[in-house]
Amino acid sequence: MTIGLTHYLVLSAILFSVGLAGVLRRKNLLMLFFATEIMLNAANVAFAAISVHIGDLSGQMFALFIMAVAASEVAVGLGLLILIYKKYGTLNLDNFSIMKG
Amino acid sequence: MEAIAFYIFAILITGLFLVTAFSRNILYAMSSLAAGMVLISGLFFILGADFLGAVQLVVYSGAIMALYAFGMMFFDATRDVKEKNTSSYLVFLLSGFSAVALVVIFAAPTIGKHIEPIVTAPQGLDNPHAIGAVLFTKYLIPFEVAAVMLLVAMIAGIVLASKKMDESLSEIYLDADPETEKKEQE
Repeated sequence: MTIGLTHYLVLSAILFSVGLAGVLRRKNLLMLFFATEIMLNAANVAFAAISVHIGDLSGQMFALFIMAVAASEVAVGLGLLILIYKKYGTLNLDNFSIMKG
Repeated sequence: MEAIAFYIFAILITGLFLVTAFSRNILYAMSSLAAGMVLISGLFFILGADFLGAVQLVVYSGAIMALYAFGMMFFDATRDVKEKNTSSYLVFLLSGFSAVALVVIFAAPTIGKHIEPIVTAPQGLDNPHAIGAVLFTKYLIPFEVAAVMLLVAMIAGIVLASKKMDESLSEIYLDADPETEKKEQE
């Protein structure tokens, strides 16, 4: 039994669902970041699999740029997380609902 | 042989990412996420996208996880995270279905017969050389924009994480409660 494109796409869908469930479930900001990384990785797997399957290098390029975006997102996001933790002393999302309404 | 490797990697990755998404301990979540990233690079190597696998190892497992581990020094990582879940399982079920539907929608065009590759690999080059040749010709502008974006992100990270570098930033702490300010002065 050979491994085709479908296997990779199914795996990518499963990983994306896991990441999405994590994003919906998490209340801790750092854990929310982890779940986002899972979703980005799932997209990368799908991009690389389709790229190899069709024989077009664009998919791998896009995966490369997704990694660059993920790296800069982590750098800025962690800076903001540190500021938030210094200000509030917690990373729980429920403590940040400061709007009255 | 390829099938065995793929299934082992797939099961391990799914299990590790499930631990990441549902664990209560931040350290467990981070270590399992790092292990999952390493195993995903194995998937890329199976696919034949060697350069992407190497970049995945260097950028994700090296840089991003090291950054998370560094950021962990600022947070209290030993305590278990208490999370209050109010949403029902119907939400998760519906979100899972919508995620699968998204993947199907975006993957459906690959089934078609009339797909022609736009950017083919140059003849007689292996994967890293071909990626280099394409990246520095057709994707040169996005590459440079990504470089500028990384520079901006680096500067933003330095400015955000370091305190008392700028006066306007220190004003943020003015309305913080006295306990944390006392902790900062120590």
